[in-house]
Amino acid sequence: MVFGFGLGLSEMARPEVVLNFLQFEDLGLLFVMGGAAAVTAVTFTVGVRLDRTAPLTDRLYERREKSFDRNVLFGGAVFGVGWGLSGICPGAAYASLGVGNFPILWGIAGMFLGAYAQGYLRNALSASETQTAARAD
Amino acid sequence: MLSLPLAVFAGTPLEGFFPNGVLHYALGGVLIGLGVSVIYLWTGIIAGASTFLETTLSYVSDLPRFNKGKYVRSRDWRVVFTVGIVAGAAVYALTLGPGGFTTEVQPWRLFVGGTLVGVGTRLGKGCTSGHGVCGVGSGSNTSFVNVATFMLLAIGTAQLVAAMGVTP
Repeated sequence: MVFGFGLGLSEMARPEVVLNFLQFEDLGLLFVMGGAAAVTAVTFTVGVRLDRTAPLTDRLYERREKSFDRNVLFGGAVFGVGWGLSGICPGAAYASLGVGNFPILWGIAGMFLGAYAQGYLRNALSASETQTAARAD
Repeated sequence: MLSLPLAVFAGTPLEGFFPNGVLHYALGGVLIGLGVSVIYLWTGIIAGASTFLETTLSYVSDLPRFNKGKYVRSRDWRVVFTVGIVAGAAVYALTLGPGGFTTEVQPWRLFVGGTLVGVGTRLGKGCTSGHGVCGVGSGSNTSFVNVATFMLLAIGTAQLVAAMGVTP
């Protein structure tokens, strides 16, 4: 809820605002990401120091950094082109629906399609790799 | 629209870059950060928005990739999280906000761009919330690299599309 309210207030739910940012016409979004990252930085730092588990799930407070590989670069590049074209990113798209912006459903439909396509292809790729490996044996 | 007056950059050469002021942006950012913090402190979960795309597909697809244990275990709360985002934005729209808003950006841009976002965020293991807010907030090098990459490409694409005269 707070996350969505913040997205609404920061106007990231409006693709136009994001596109204006990317065209250097309104750099205010720097403050959105900066403000958000500053708050999470404090929370994560304090959380890790506490060295205990979360009340609802018993998960340990810890950093979970994702490993780096070529996909991080390649995926980031594809995402960047998509974001630059449409002005939407996943969280902001959900929030956009909340402010009654129904054309965004096109964007959300595209995201599911894209996520499915990459999952399907990577699935097929890893399956054929396994087969090749099996044949090599 | 909540347009708070420009204070910080008034009278400086930077003013032109912030035609709508910075306060509501910064406040929105702090709230996004607080939302992530509340989830982290209650559950220990680092909240990214784009994993929802894959975990939700596990309801309707039996591809192994979408049915990894950690996806199936987290898919219910991710639906709750996403509904929460929608609801939170709706509360904003009905209280402080303009009461509703419809984009002018053309559907094909939303759809094609959305598809690329779907592919890119899942390949790159995160989006603006997972890498941009949570990853940068926890000082992850992977996230810095990812954010720098998508920022550069997004700026390039937006400029190119605008230069080709596609508006909105």
